Amino acid sequence: MLRMVLKRLMLAIPSLIGVVIVTFLLTRALPGDPAAYFAGPAATEEAVAQIRKQLGLDQPLPQQFVRYVSDLSRGDMGVALTTGQPVAAEIMSRLPASAELTLLGLIVSVLIAVPLGILAATSPGSMIDHTCRIVTTAGVSLPVFFTGLVLVYFFYYQLGVAPAPLGRLDVYFSAPPQITGFYLIDSLIARDGETFVASLKQLILPAATLAIFALAPIARMTRASMLAVLGSEFVRTARASGLSPGTVIVTYAFRNAMLPVITTLGMVFSFLLGANVLVEKVFAWPGIGSYAVEALIASDFAPVQGFVLTMAVMYVMLNLLIDVLYGLIDPRVRIEA
Amino acid sequence: MTAAIPNAPAEVPLLDVRDLTVEFSTRRGAVQAVKHVDVTVGKGETVAIVGESGSGKSVTSYAVMRILDRAGRIADGTITFGGVDVGKAGEREMRDLRGREISMIFQNPRAALNPIRKVGHQIEDVLRQHAQAGSDDSKAKAIAILEQVRIARPDERYHAFPFELSGGMCQRVVIALALACRPQLLIADEPTTGLDVTTQKTVMDLVVELTRQRGMSTILITHDLGLAAAYCDRVVVMEKGRVVETANSHAIFSAPNHPYTRKLVRATPRLGVTLSDLLPEEEGVARKASRASNGANGANGAGHASSDEQPLLVVEGLVKEYPRKDTGGGSLKSLFKRNGAATAPEGPPPVFRAVDGISFSVRRGESVGLVGESGCGKSTTSTMVMRLIDKTGGQILFDGEDIGAIPARQFARLPLRKRIQMVFQDPTESLNPRFTAVRAIADPILRMGESMSAKAVRARCEELATQVGLPLEFLDRFPHQLSGGQKARVGIARAIALKPDLVILDEPTAALDVSVQAVVLNLLQDLKEQLGMSYLFVSHDLNVVRLLCDRVIVMQAGRIVEEGPTEKVLGAPAAAYTRELLSAIPHPPL
Repeated sequence: MLRMVLKRLMLAIPSLIGVVIVTFLLTRALPGDPAAYFAGPAATEEAVAQIRKQLGLDQPLPQQFVRYVSDLSRGDMGVALTTGQPVAAEIMSRLPASAELTLLGLIVSVLIAVPLGILAATSPGSMIDHTCRIVTTAGVSLPVFFTGLVLVYFFYYQLGVAPAPLGRLDVYFSAPPQITGFYLIDSLIARDGETFVASLKQLILPAATLAIFALAPIARMTRASMLAVLGSEFVRTARASGLSPGTVIVTYAFRNAMLPVITTLGMVFSFLLGANVLVEKVFAWPGIGSYAVEALIASDFAPVQGFVLTMAVMYVMLNLLIDVLYGLIDPRVRIEA
Repeated sequence: MTAAIPNAPAEVPLLDVRDLTVEFSTRRGAVQAVKHVDVTVGKGETVAIVGESGSGKSVTSYAVMRILDRAGRIADGTITFGGVDVGKAGEREMRDLRGREISMIFQNPRAALNPIRKVGHQIEDVLRQHAQAGSDDSKAKAIAILEQVRIARPDERYHAFPFELSGGMCQRVVIALALACRPQLLIADEPTTGLDVTTQKTVMDLVVELTRQRGMSTILITHDLGLAAAYCDRVVVMEKGRVVETANSHAIFSAPNHPYTRKLVRATPRLGVTLSDLLPEEEGVARKASRASNGANGANGAGHASSDEQPLLVVEGLVKEYPRKDTGGGSLKSLFKRNGAATAPEGPPPVFRAVDGISFSVRRGESVGLVGESGCGKSTTSTMVMRLIDKTGGQILFDGEDIGAIPARQFARLPLRKRIQMVFQDPTESLNPRFTAVRAIADPILRMGESMSAKAVRARCEELATQVGLPLEFLDRFPHQLSGGQKARVGIARAIALKPDLVILDEPTAALDVSVQAVVLNLLQDLKEQLGMSYLFVSHDLNVVRLLCDRVIVMQAGRIVEEGPTEKVLGAPAAAYTRELLSAIPHPPL
């Protein structure tokens, strides 16, 4: 098992090298001169040139690249010019916030979408099937920032049941001692019920926004793949053997139908990482998405490079996880070891 | 093997189907798939339901089990099984009946098993559902059942997944599943279609033996009249949703009553008949007469190919090797096991010889049958001759030219390519679903023929369609709008469009109903006589080979075991393997 995972990680190295090169070139190709930006509008030519020299931007690209890579190999992703903080530390502190939000959104949508898809497939043409269709259509047609704003408008502004969309915790609470970086888990470890409830309250709306977005593809895929499996010959055999509907649907149909759903989950997760950027903006969430957007607007390329690289690594890990899961469920799939 | 049970239908039949009508709701309204069908099965009786595709034979059995699709419903009639009114029984009651009292074996055993669940667990599911075993003894019982269906090393196979087993082995597992709870009635829906003849024989013998032992009743649903008559007491013949004849299996071949039964009996390839005998009476006689006159004119190439001229195709010491895949099965578990127990690699050589040094020739105008069971290398051979894959060793001489030396990718662009064409096994799968019939037939002309105007291409396609007996109004239809026989004709027209010298026929009638097969076989024979082509006919059906081929090559495990004129090889076989193949063909009582 370990050998297989290691082998897959080795295979990911070329794509990561590609990501490093492409992000480096892309950030260099961005419009705007960081040196001029930081020198300010009133700066003299010499001041800009000096800053440029300080940043190493006066050197030819290959040299800049070598410096970037050698820094990277030491875990140094550079310093964000806007904040003066090292990028690596900033990403490490912000990543749990994004991960907690995205994972919760994904879990919520799976918990709703998968049963919905199964029910819709087992009784096509019924009320629940139509509900499924409406929910999925609504889910794909609403952009996340819009759903987020609508939720904030109703639940915070109109009804007042949700807390202000201002970050991970209400100002009156202090963050639980950091262990995993996930406030929900850390507060449970610290046996701090109040903080747990407070951070959950903050999470509900942004997680719901992401969940609504993710619902559609998961529910649709579950429904379609369940329908295909329910029509297959081995399900007919199971029925003809008198197996109870529960066994037929769960053990025989669903386990087979899960395979395409898992593949979809991987894709949905990467969509969510993208959608996160907007949701974090709407809810003032201190995640890496909002960090990257701010850096991008400021032509601050070190954080942008760090962000893209982190995403790429996460994506590679996610795909590995999906492959392993796939292999565990389906004995026919042999991951090339 | 066909000892008829004397006490045929007992006073109270086990299963009594009366006036059964099954309706399917479709977009164009209700369609009756089964119309007023009466079938009875007595205790211990074996009844066959025979019919071609669309006759409603499977739907009848699904209605008995009440496992019709959502769209289907029993519209009329009653089904009584052991005193239970199946039509009115509750779903829970039916569930207890299914698997425990009535069970079913399906066609395509591999698809009938859950692909990601161990076969042992699938048997346990059934045992536990019907309270035949508890959690403590279900494994032992499942292994015992696997042993009863003669699966070697049952305690190992208990852990196998369906994809790790052969087709015949999967069918045994399906039988084990069906017989696990000792039901009273077994419905076998085309249980051996797609299996080799020898596997068919062992599977059918096993079913008969186990059901006799237990005093079970059996319904065998099949399109193969020979199989039905060989294994069953009574035969029910269905056509278009109706029962047209019910008779003792002895009587059905010797004295078929209904015209449809007569047509089916005639169309079934068997000993001592010629191709034209397969066709309905009037047509057959006309065909025979024209063939006789052809023969008198000397224009008939079949069997008359002169032996002194250079053969069209010569294959010399042909070898195809494949890298041997890991034999440990594909599961992750076995992967872990291998990693854990770091044993030294031992055993089989790293390559697998699919074709192991075979030599044969095909003369001009001759048709040569290549027969053998699945995995014997016959398809690999034909694919190499077709130059779709590269050989590992040996020579393929076509008209004196060593085409084996030309890489497969280049061969497709050579003018020589036109002269070898192929007709594929599945008429549906081998047509592009987005091409009309005329476009499919025109395909080789457009790709390799000399350039001609669209009008000329159309004219040529119409000529070809006439030649293969495809009515011209079907030319603009898509494959899904054509019947199986019509699609087969399109495939044949496409193959002969460039007037090839050699046509490779890869089981061209395996997916067709017998009556359609009869027509297609006759068509192939006529075309050969008209156009003077040679055929390399790949098949596992010896009865069909007997009808169409001048010479036969019998292959086993990549080697040729016997070769010679058809009458000699199939009439007085020298090799033990050929005899085994021949004896496995079900012989209807005559």
